[in-house]
Amino acid sequence: MIWAYLYNIVFYASCGVTVVATLLMISRHNAVHALLYLIVSSLSLAIIFYLLGAAFAAALEVIVYAGAVMILFVFVVMMLNQGQRSAALEAAWLPARGWIMPSILASILLALLLLGMNSEHPLQPYGVHGVAVKDVGIALFGPYVLVVELASFLLLSGLIGAFHIARKMPSHMDQNTLDEAGNG
Amino acid sequence: MDNQYIDHAIILAGILFCLGLVGVMVRRNLLFMMISIEVMLNASALAFIAAGSAWNQAEGQIMFLAVITLGAAEVAVGLGLTLLLFRHHNSVDVDQLNKLRG
Amino acid sequence: MHQLWLIPGLPLVGFFLLVLGHGRFTRSLARLIGVGSIAIAALITLWVALDFYSPGAAQTYQVELWPWLTAGELEVSFGLYLDGLSLSMLFVVTGVGSLIHWYASGYMWQDPDYQRFFAYMNLFVAAMLMLVLADNLVLLFLGWEGVGVCSFLLIGFWYQDPANGYAARKAFIVTRVGDTAFAIGLFLLYRELGTLDLPSIMVLAPEKFVVGANQPTLIATLLLAGAVGKSAQLPLHIWLPDAMAGPTPVSALIHAATMVTAGVYLIARTHGVFLQAPDVLLAVAFIGLFTLLISGFTALNQTDIKRVLAYSTMSQIGYMFFALGVGAWSESIFHLMTHALFKALLFMTAGSIILALHHEQDIRLMGGLRRQLPVPFWCFVIGSACLVALPPTSGFFSKEAILNASWQLPVYGPWFWAGGVLGAFITAIYSFRLLFLVFFGAEKVQPHEPKGWQFHPPLIILATLSLVAGWFVLPTGDVLPSSPAGHPPMWTIVVAIGLPLLGIGIAYQVYVRHKWQGLRLAHWQRLRQFWFQGFGFDGLYRRLFLTPFTSLAQVNRNDIIDGLPTLLIQLSRFLHRLFSQLQNGQLRAYIATLASAAIIILALAISTVGK
Repeated sequence: MIWAYLYNIVFYASCGVTVVATLLMISRHNAVHALLYLIVSSLSLAIIFYLLGAAFAAALEVIVYAGAVMILFVFVVMMLNQGQRSAALEAAWLPARGWIMPSILASILLALLLLGMNSEHPLQPYGVHGVAVKDVGIALFGPYVLVVELASFLLLSGLIGAFHIARKMPSHMDQNTLDEAGNG
Repeated sequence: MDNQYIDHAIILAGILFCLGLVGVMVRRNLLFMMISIEVMLNASALAFIAAGSAWNQAEGQIMFLAVITLGAAEVAVGLGLTLLLFRHHNSVDVDQLNKLRG
Repeated sequence: MHQLWLIPGLPLVGFFLLVLGHGRFTRSLARLIGVGSIAIAALITLWVALDFYSPGAAQTYQVELWPWLTAGELEVSFGLYLDGLSLSMLFVVTGVGSLIHWYASGYMWQDPDYQRFFAYMNLFVAAMLMLVLADNLVLLFLGWEGVGVCSFLLIGFWYQDPANGYAARKAFIVTRVGDTAFAIGLFLLYRELGTLDLPSIMVLAPEKFVVGANQPTLIATLLLAGAVGKSAQLPLHIWLPDAMAGPTPVSALIHAATMVTAGVYLIARTHGVFLQAPDVLLAVAFIGLFTLLISGFTALNQTDIKRVLAYSTMSQIGYMFFALGVGAWSESIFHLMTHALFKALLFMTAGSIILALHHEQDIRLMGGLRRQLPVPFWCFVIGSACLVALPPTSGFFSKEAILNASWQLPVYGPWFWAGGVLGAFITAIYSFRLLFLVFFGAEKVQPHEPKGWQFHPPLIILATLSLVAGWFVLPTGDVLPSSPAGHPPMWTIVVAIGLPLLGIGIAYQVYVRHKWQGLRLAHWQRLRQFWFQGFGFDGLYRRLFLTPFTSLAQVNRNDIIDGLPTLLIQLSRFLHRLFSQLQNGQLRAYIATLASAAIIILALAISTVGK
């Protein structure tokens, strides 16, 4: 029984941590702080994945989000040189009244989502069993092999795109490219 | 496992999605908008995982893989664009990028 | 007669040569082409005439060059038709035309646009010959419009002066009124008879039309309107005096000898229709009579030498219409021929005077020219004598025949005769007033007479022809109905000869001996002004048509009708501004829109699932 309570505690605590971390993340002025909250959020989400029986997904969440993606963000933050000045700028960009409309919109959306989940068509109760990595792998390289191919293409194009966009151009070309981009 | 966890996980996904949306709408800094989009992607990934668990199917995790791949590619390209923008304008304010106005 | 197609063809070739080689030919070459093509056409006309008069030759000759239009049952061919009437007109057009071209080659020698002038003149002759030789009314209409265009081009030949352009437009637009009626008349004629072939119309019209019925009356009225416009008769006569803005050879050829008589030719050509509409025929006579009198009175106190001649032209064409109306068909064409000769002579003489006086046209500034310009003087005397119809000249024969025929007309006969004689009396006064003012009296200017083989020979040839043309016999007897038989009483002839002599006498007393000054119009200012302005027709038309039209145009200047489309434009512009608010370039606004749309779609989805 205590195991069940433990499960409850861990699950809801993770939920709470995720929500609070996300809340804090979107309201930070300093980019590095926001990233730290994003890591927290990702990690707690990974725990929820694990509790939902998706251990492989949880591992990927940690590796990809809290690892790879976060490294990217950190590099960019370093290159953008976001210091004290930009934090002050962020504060100036975020007036209190700027929050009102988006929050209302999001609240309505959330209400609708919740309503949709608890209407006359609730999710059917169904036993939650862990889905083994083996099953995932078999399905992935069985009927869903196309998804793998799509994912690889996506990653490849993302790689090439990022390389192309972010490469440092000779200074005399900069203005031309900018003009083209502006006119296009 | 009880189905209430699935329900609550789905609700959590909704909350996270809306929070991410608020972040995208509120922030003017392109970097923060990217982070908020990551949150939204995470939320949808959570919904897939929960659904997969509910039906005891592998497809949920496969979709999770697809989402996470999408997120990785999006971050790579988006951050590249952010860098480029910063180099040209010395700013990451999306409100300045209004040359396409009608 | 197989050379017939060459007659309109040669001037047309000349026109194309001159137009395509514009600016490349020397003056001599342009002169050779321009004058030569007409001269050869005149020689071919003589050849054709020899064929025509040879014993045993057919009295009509019709040739279809090629089919032109074929639409359903309508078949119009490019065909030529020669009979006595068209042969007479051929003589006038090519004969007088080549003499005038000859003269013009000298008259226009100094003009920078020498080649363009001859291109237009050749095109005019080609179109006029097409009009005369056409075997159907559509082709005739083509020639009719062609001469109209050439008239427009040549009146506005010196286009640098806006007044000339105005005169050209006026001529073109006023004749257009008549031409439109003419075209409608053609449509009606085709509807009623099913053909526009001239010989067929002559056969079909008496068969299908009842005399005095509505259809022939309407058609004849419309054709008459066309003729009235082209021949400058009441009420479409106002363009001819202004048409004198063109070079003088143009006035001689187009606005005196040939084009303005096209209306007479048209009525004579379609006499089969007019004979079925006696009311219209009477109207023709009345129009002729009124034009004859009004333009005579107007000519009495004009000061521009060419305007006097222009009004006298209108007056003489009035005589031709008058003759057509009273049934003197052949006499009308005969008068057309003699008038072409002596009016061309008068105009060319006037041209010589104008050239000698360095383009001075005001007769008040002339005087005593008879010693300095002997050849033009005698030519002018001969021309005026013909115009006044003094006995041995050609004008006497033609006008006397017309007056005799008018006397024969039942009911109105003597009245018409009286009107005609009154016109002759006025003609005598104004033409000799002109002669006396220009050639007699004190010498006011020192002229420089243009000499050369282009100036005197054509004048002398025309003067000789004018004198002897009275003995010509035109081959129109077989084509046109014969005039009423019988002889009027002797005293009418005496009066018809005596009154012009009296007119000359009055003019001599007033303008040479300066007696009877009470008769001078200068003493009656009001009347003089009224007559000077041509009985106020210009002002009347300005008030009746021009002013309402311009005020309408003023009202519509803001494009009232355009308001509706403009409303559409403004609506779409409003919507454009509305929707471009959405495209404001703000990424976050787009996202908010996206979120709102998601909310709406989700709300819809939930509400439908709930039911």
